[in-house]
Amino acid sequence: MSLKVLAVDDSRTIRDMLKLTLEHAGMELYLAEDGVHGLEVLDGLEPDAIISDINMPRLDGFGFIEAVRGQDRHRATPILVLTTESAAELKARARAAGATGWIVKPFDPTKLVKALNMVAG
Amino acid sequence: MSDPMAEIKASFFIECEELLESLQDALSDLDEGADDGETINVVFRAVHSIKGGAGAFGLDALVAFAHRFETVLDELRAGRLDLTPEAVKLFFQAADLLADEIHAAREGSREPEAAEECLQALEALLGDRGAAHRADAEDETEAADFQPMGLALDLDFDFTPEDASPASFTLQFRPDGALYASGNEPLQLLRALAEIAEVSIMTDASAVPPLDALDPEENHLSWTVQITGDVTEDEIREVFEFVEDVCQIDISSMPKSSETPLPEQPELESEPSGDTDEDEKFEPDAEANGPGPVDPAPPPTNEIAEIATEAPARTPDPGPAEQQAEAAKPSAAQPAASNTAPAAEPGATVRVDIERIDRLVNLVGELVINQAMLAQSVTEAGLPPNSAVNTGLEAFMMLTRDIQDSVMMIRAQPVKPLFQRMARIVREASSAIGKDVRLKTEGETTEVDKTVIERLADPLTHMIRNAVDHGLETPDMREAAGKPREGVVILSAHHRSGRVVIEVSDDGGGIDRKKVFEKAIEKGLVASDAQLSDSEIDNLLFLPGFSTADLVSALSGRGVGMDVVKSSIQSLGGRISITSEPGKGSCFSISLPLTLAVLDGMVVNVAGETLVVPLSSILETATLTSEDIRALGPSTNVIHLRGAFVPLFDLGAELGYRGPKRSYSGDVVLLTAQEDGARSALVVDSILEQRQVVIKGLQQSYGHIPGVAAATILGDGQIALILDPADLVQTASGNTRAIDISLAG
Amino acid sequence: MTEDTTPQNDAAEVELLSFRLGEEEYSVDIMSVREIRGWTRATPLPHAPAFIRGVINLRGTVLPVVDLSIRLGMEPVAGDARNVIIVVQVGSQTAGLLVDAVSDILALPRSEMQSPPDLNADISQRYISALTIVDGRMIRILDLTSVLPQEAIEAA
Repeated sequence: MSLKVLAVDDSRTIRDMLKLTLEHAGMELYLAEDGVHGLEVLDGLEPDAIISDINMPRLDGFGFIEAVRGQDRHRATPILVLTTESAAELKARARAAGATGWIVKPFDPTKLVKALNMVAG
Repeated sequence: MSDPMAEIKASFFIECEELLESLQDALSDLDEGADDGETINVVFRAVHSIKGGAGAFGLDALVAFAHRFETVLDELRAGRLDLTPEAVKLFFQAADLLADEIHAAREGSREPEAAEECLQALEALLGDRGAAHRADAEDETEAADFQPMGLALDLDFDFTPEDASPASFTLQFRPDGALYASGNEPLQLLRALAEIAEVSIMTDASAVPPLDALDPEENHLSWTVQITGDVTEDEIREVFEFVEDVCQIDISSMPKSSETPLPEQPELESEPSGDTDEDEKFEPDAEANGPGPVDPAPPPTNEIAEIATEAPARTPDPGPAEQQAEAAKPSAAQPAASNTAPAAEPGATVRVDIERIDRLVNLVGELVINQAMLAQSVTEAGLPPNSAVNTGLEAFMMLTRDIQDSVMMIRAQPVKPLFQRMARIVREASSAIGKDVRLKTEGETTEVDKTVIERLADPLTHMIRNAVDHGLETPDMREAAGKPREGVVILSAHHRSGRVVIEVSDDGGGIDRKKVFEKAIEKGLVASDAQLSDSEIDNLLFLPGFSTADLVSALSGRGVGMDVVKSSIQSLGGRISITSEPGKGSCFSISLPLTLAVLDGMVVNVAGETLVVPLSSILETATLTSEDIRALGPSTNVIHLRGAFVPLFDLGAELGYRGPKRSYSGDVVLLTAQEDGARSALVVDSILEQRQVVIKGLQQSYGHIPGVAAATILGDGQIALILDPADLVQTASGNTRAIDISLAG
Repeated sequence: MTEDTTPQNDAAEVELLSFRLGEEEYSVDIMSVREIRGWTRATPLPHAPAFIRGVINLRGTVLPVVDLSIRLGMEPVAGDARNVIIVVQVGSQTAGLLVDAVSDILALPRSEMQSPPDLNADISQRYISALTIVDGRMIRILDLTSVLPQEAIEAA
C-alpha cells in the first residue's frame, strides 16, 4: 500500500522536487505552502508521514510540528524536518517540538525515501 | 520539456523571480522604517529559499552567495545587527547582485564581479563575528556539496572485516518514552535494520508493570538484536540516527558464530496486526486498570492515539491546530497593515505556457471576427430585431465579450516587477553619478498586458536614466535652488479611459528650452527663425538626431535617443508626451492600450474605404455645416466648436484616398483628444457603427504607417485600418482645403 | 534570408512556379511559395509606395500584397477574377505577389540557369536572379528578397 505523505514547504522548487521524488517512489503526496496551510490540508487527512520545512511564512516549521503534535490523532505521526542547517541546535529544537527525524536540504532522493519508509513503514 | 528535472529547474528560476520580488518589497519596507520581525523574516526567507532551491541543482556559486547573504540576515533576524540605513543600502545591493547571480546561474554566464566586494562589505557589518561566519560559510558550502549518501556507504564497504565473512553485531536497544513522543516507532527501526542485515530479535518485556500500573506513554521494553550480514556499525547507527538522543543504544561486535541463534521470539512482521484487536478493548479513559492479558508488545502508540481522540474528534471543536492557525493570522496581518500589499492567502494558481494563452487569445480573436460575420449575415437576412435569432445573437455577443475580457485578464500582469527593475536602475544610475535619488512608485498593482510590460522595459529604463542623469540637478545645485539635496523620481501607473498611463516625473530643473532650441537649430532640425511654443520645443527631444551632446554623460549617452524611446512606445500602440516646468521638474507620460488584442472602435467610411477610429480618442461627433469652418491659413482650417477653435483634418485627403473635397458641408466630424489635451476634428463621410474590433498588427507584416495604429478584420472578411488620430494629426500634411471658405467669411 | 529563396543550392534540379506579367514570363522558387489565392480586393495603405497594392486577410493574418507588375516597372495588374495572388515566404516575412496568371510548374536542371546580363538600364533587372529558356520562352527567376517591401524587412 502506498504511503500517504503530507509535505509542507514554502519553496515551490522544493515542493516540485518532493513531488517528483515521492511520486516516483509510489507515494501519495499532499502539498502545503506553509504551516497554516499545512494544518488546513492536514484537517481531514490521515498521512502516514509528514515532511516539513522550518523557515516558512505565517507559521514556521516548529510551530507547525507543535500544532500537529497537539492534535491527539497526530501525536505519533512521523514528522521529518527538511532543513538546510545541520546544526545540532536546530535538530534539538526540532526534536523538542516533536520531530521524528530530519533530512538535510538539498535532499538525497534515495535517502529521503528510505527515511520515510523507515519512520512510516 | 520532458525531463522533469529540467522542468523543475525552469520553475525554480521563475520562483526566484517571485522571491526576488518579495525581497525587494520587504527591503523597501525596511527602508521606509519598518523593522518588525516579520518583514525581516520575509527578507531572510527569500534568500534562504533561493539558497535551498539552488542547492538542489548544484548551483554552487549561487548557493555560496546566498549563504553568505543569509548568514548576515540571520544575525539581523536574531537582533544582533542594527538596521542602519547603510545596512539597508547594502542589503539592496546584495539583493541586486543576488538577482545577477541567479541570472548567471540560469544563463551559465559568469557571476557578477562585484559580488565578493559586496559580500565582504556585508560581513563587515558583523564586525568580529564576520570572520567567524566566513569560515563557517565555507565549511557549510563544502558540506552541502558533499551530499551523495550512497557513495559514503560504498566507501565504508572497504572497512568491513578483512575476512569477507559477514560481520556480526549485538545491539542493545532501549527507547526512552520520548522516542514515541517524537513519532518514532521501535518496530519501524527494527524493520529498517532487518532490511540491511539479517537480524534476530529478542524482546525483553520483563520491565513491563502490571496493567493497572502501566503508563502507556512510557516505555518498558528493550530489545537485543543479533545482526549478521554485510553491514558496518556506521550503517547500523545510521538507522538509529533520528533517535540516538531518545534511546539507549549499545552496539558490540561479536565474533561470528556459525549456528543460527535464537529462533524463538515473536515474529516481527506479525506484531502489529496481532495487537489491534486487543487494543480495541482499551477504553479511552481506562488506561489505568481492567484485567486482561498483558500484551508483550511495545506500547502501540499509534493505535492508542487514535482511540484517545475518537470522542473529541466527533465534536466539531476547533482543534488546537485551528486555534493556532487563527492565532497566526493576526500576527501575519499586522505587518501587512503597514505594507501596501496585504499578505494575501496563497490562492491556487496554475502555470501555463504563454504560447497556449496566445493561442487562446488568437482563437478568441477569430471568434469575435466570426461573430461579426454572423451578425452581418443576420442583418442581411432581414430578420426582425426581436426574432429568436437576433436575441440569441445578442446573448452570444455578450458571451463573446465576457470570454474576451477573461482571456485578456490572463495576459494582464501587475507592473510591479517592472517597477522594481526600475528601482534598481535608479540605485545604480544615481550612485554612478553621485546623486542622491529616491524613487517613489505609485500604482504598482496596475495590470497591463504581459507583452506590453516586457517591451516597456527598455524604453522605461532609458527614461529613468534620463530623469536621474539629465532631469535632476546635482545635490549642490539643488541646495542652491532651495530644494532638498535628495532628488525624487516618481514612477506611476494608472488606468485612464481605457488606457494605461505610465509616467516618469522628476523634481529637477525642468527642460532647458533655450538650450534645446539652440541645439535643434544647430542640428538643422528647425529653422533659426522658427516660432515654437514651449510644448513644441519640449517635443524636439523626440526628434531623430536630437541629442544634447554636451549633456551626454557616461550614463545615458549610449547612443539611444528619445526618438528610439518614442518609436518603441509607438510600436506598442502607445504615445509619449512631455510636460515640463522650469525649476520644478519634467514629466514624461506614456499612454498605452490595455491590451494589444482588442479595441472599441467607431467604424467610419472615408472615400469608400472603411476605417476604425478608437472610441477612446473620440470626444464627440457632429455634422458639419459650412458656417462651422474657418480658414486659418492656405491649408489649415479650423472649426468652431463649443466656443473653441479646433484644427480640421480631412481624412480622405490625409490618407491619400482622394484629393481635398470641394465642400465639407454635410460631412461628419469626429472630435478627438490627444494625451496632452490638444483637440482635433477629423472629417469622415459617414459613421457606420460602433463595435469591438480585434487588433491585427501591421508592424510585423509591413511596418509603421503614419497615422495608422494597426488593422482589423471586419465582418465581411475585409481588412480595415485602425487610425491613430494623435499620430495622424502630428504627421498631417495639411491637405485639407475648404474651397467654400468664402461663404464662411 | 537568401538561403530560403534558394534552399536547394546543392540539388541538381530546381522547381519553379512560373507566372505571367503582361507579356513576360517570370518564376519563383517553388520552395518559397506557401499558397496561391484568387484575386481579392486589397485594402489600400496610406503613404505606401505604388507597388504596395494593400493588405488582405489571409485566414486571420494581415498579408501585404505587392503588385509585381508595378514593382517591375510595368503597368499595374488589372485586378480582376483572372488575377491571382501568390503567397510567398522569405525568412520570417510573408507577402502576396499579385500577378496576371499562374502558368506552370517547371523542373529545371540548375545548370541551365544563367546569370542575367548586367544591364543597369532596365529597372526590372534588379529583381532578377537568373534566366533560363524553356521551350523557346525566356523565363526570369525573381530574387524575392528584393521585390518584397523593404520597409517590412526592416521592421521585421
